[in-house]
Amino acid sequence: MSNLYIDNEHLKFHLEHPMMEKIVRLKEDNFSEKDKYDYAPIDFEDTMDHYDKVLEIVGEISGDIIAANAEEVDHQGPSVVDHQVVYADGTKRNIEAIVQSKLFGMSLPRKYGGLNFPIVPYVMAAELVSRADAGFANIWGLQDCAETIHEFGSEEIKEKYLHRFNDGATAAMDLTEPDAGSDLQAVMLKAHYDDDKKTWFLNGVKRFITNGDADISLVLARTEEGSTDARGLSLFVYDRVDKAMKVRRIENKLGIKGSPTCELVFKDAPAELIGDRKFGLIKYVMSLMNMARLGVGAQSVGIAEAAYHEGLKYAKEREQFGKAIIKFPAIFEMLSNMRAKTDAIRTLLYETSRFIDIYKIYGSISQNRKLTPAERKEFKYYQRAADIYTPLLKLFASEYCNQIASDSLQIHGGTGYMKDFPIERIFRDARITNIYEGTSQLQVVAAIRGVGNKGYYNMMREYEKIEVKPELEYLKNILVKLTSHYTKAVKKVTSENDNEYLDFHARRLVEIAGNIITGYLLLLDANRKIDYKKSADIFIRKARAEITHNISYINNFSLRDISDFKM
Amino acid sequence: MSFRIIVLAKQVPDTRNVGKDAMKSDGTVNRAALPAIFNPEDLNALEFALRVKDSRDDAEVIILTMGPPRAAEIIRESLYRGADKGYLITDRKFAGSDTLATSYAISLAVKKLAPFNLIISGRQAIDGDTAQVGPQAAEKIGIPQITYAEEFLGFNGDKIKVKRRLERGVELVESACPVLLTVHSSAADCRVRNAKRMMKYKHAKTDIELQELSEDYMELLETRPYLKINQWSVDDLGADVSFLGLSGSPTKVKKIESVVFTQKESKSLSDSDRDINGLMKTLINSHVLG
Repeated sequence: MSNLYIDNEHLKFHLEHPMMEKIVRLKEDNFSEKDKYDYAPIDFEDTMDHYDKVLEIVGEISGDIIAANAEEVDHQGPSVVDHQVVYADGTKRNIEAIVQSKLFGMSLPRKYGGLNFPIVPYVMAAELVSRADAGFANIWGLQDCAETIHEFGSEEIKEKYLHRFNDGATAAMDLTEPDAGSDLQAVMLKAHYDDDKKTWFLNGVKRFITNGDADISLVLARTEEGSTDARGLSLFVYDRVDKAMKVRRIENKLGIKGSPTCELVFKDAPAELIGDRKFGLIKYVMSLMNMARLGVGAQSVGIAEAAYHEGLKYAKEREQFGKAIIKFPAIFEMLSNMRAKTDAIRTLLYETSRFIDIYKIYGSISQNRKLTPAERKEFKYYQRAADIYTPLLKLFASEYCNQIASDSLQIHGGTGYMKDFPIERIFRDARITNIYEGTSQLQVVAAIRGVGNKGYYNMMREYEKIEVKPELEYLKNILVKLTSHYTKAVKKVTSENDNEYLDFHARRLVEIAGNIITGYLLLLDANRKIDYKKSADIFIRKARAEITHNISYINNFSLRDISDFKM
Repeated sequence: MSFRIIVLAKQVPDTRNVGKDAMKSDGTVNRAALPAIFNPEDLNALEFALRVKDSRDDAEVIILTMGPPRAAEIIRESLYRGADKGYLITDRKFAGSDTLATSYAISLAVKKLAPFNLIISGRQAIDGDTAQVGPQAAEKIGIPQITYAEEFLGFNGDKIKVKRRLERGVELVESACPVLLTVHSSAADCRVRNAKRMMKYKHAKTDIELQELSEDYMELLETRPYLKINQWSVDDLGADVSFLGLSGSPTKVKKIESVVFTQKESKSLSDSDRDINGLMKTLINSHVLG
């Protein structure tokens, strides 16, 4: 097998983004831990070398172990024995390797046994694991829960739980219930405080819980009796060693079969409150969900890369009419579009990751000292940028990864429909990405805010200000023109002052914005490394056609036309 | 006193991915064209050693390698995976050593590391495939040997229990320590690199490597003494040079042939039972199978 990091130069390109110097400087706080921890970096170059070498380890494990086990895990899947989840054998081997390599808890500070990695290299690791096996990527990615405990838990809870991640503890976030899916305000699982025992206890049912039988679970529960909305919900941490939660069943799914999706029954399960009561959904879960959406972005890029590779390999090997099928325009066009789309969602993924990195680091600095006015301004700026980029990323990455997986299967022809090649698994795995952690439709609901408050527009203008090489000017000119089309379309839709009308066209507006922003990001990538010119060119060409299509639809659609669609 | 395990490892050219420039016109290996890697069975040996270490709380694993200065990479790789320290035997005077001369040098180094309890090496290296160095070293050190070791089964008092992988089955054996083991490729794969150990030890250097680095490095090494990789020359080992290098190596390469399989050696068979039976018999008789 191969090392999935070394064979993919795109990751290194994004790792070496100029903004990393700022991120490293902030994250490592002038390398103050170098004398305290023998694995702490000594300077900027050393830190970057740490990231590079750790990603090389992740790439090796992903290629040699996780990818090699993927097919077997897909067939065997997990099972439930005595109300507990038993992972597939390959999943166990994957976890063993991750534990040995000390990679769990990557983003935690060193004082809790973590590697103190910023979001950018942490997300790169998630992308690598996802390319190897998207199902296992969930078990890997749920270490995000450590981040939530770290951000909002008391010092006592942090001490108790965080060290366990690096030693291999798995995690789950228990949010969904039978009647609370997209609408989490309807969560019913009950938490009550026992005054004698001075402990919270959980009772109720959770459903569709990824990796539900994990060592450490974050559980959303109703603490305020009689309440019916988000303000009655709080977040808890439940420790598996208490054995007060049973797995009733696991779902039989279309894809990501290695990742157990559980129905859980909590019966007088002791749990500890995270942060403050009533902030469970409105603050902590929102933050957790944002990280999970970034995680699905990484998962989607990993799946897209895997699907592209499978398609490319097959198209080179398969001969019809006396030549390899890659020589036919219908096939090479598909492959080039797949490549451009993969590059597009990857550049959006790492731009979003950098924004999240900077605001999160400022957030943690502000716990120790007051931020300077300039820092505070930056903190706000990047937080707002991350807020509007995260749903855009989740939307684009998950939709594209489905398209790319579908195209790759198409290139395989009838063979792709059989179980003989990895593409059928990748195709099935891709399908969940635009559903969970908020469907694409819900991402549009979140992203439309960035249309309304000019957030996306301001970012387009900022990218426009960056000078590009003369040979790339023509691409920038297209994007500038598209930006003016975008503002006109936004004006037309919003000037009706009708929410339903806005909702109806929301996806079109968000897609136009996303196409322009991603086009700019690819243009800037090409400006930094000319190899990306091809993808930038192909993508912007495609973006222009799609935007024209969407704008024509909007321009020929009046308020009363909605009634034709109503069911 | 600690239970000392010495792992013998070698850096080899990656002969598994041979390109067209793998051999020079004079028939010797073109090392420059092949990436240098950790000999695969030595990684099995390292895992074997680490499993023995995991089974007790008094063990240390020392990695010993002989080769050019760049072989220090083998020691760093071992530190990342769990070895405690490493020694590099390097000296121009070793150049051209065959298995006899190599095992002589290694036996001296091992004796210098006495007292030791286990010596573990891979069965053979993929560049020469001789499988001689381990057994010869055991003879020179004067300890028993268990070849083709596949699994560590624990200790019976002071004796180590080992499963051997043989051609037609397995053998369970016990031996008093110290003993030398050579580990077969069917043994467990080596564990992955530990990210924290990698970050800790990636700056580990030999004296030769240090000469090419900046002053900052010296400072770093002063505060972190574990970053120094020990390095031994012929003099350090007190070796007799006549037993080393070309003069100490009775093996002489007479001729190297590049064998190209041609079409005439192929044979067409039908899918009839008769033809398949015949093929199976041929393969079994020629020991390709079974």
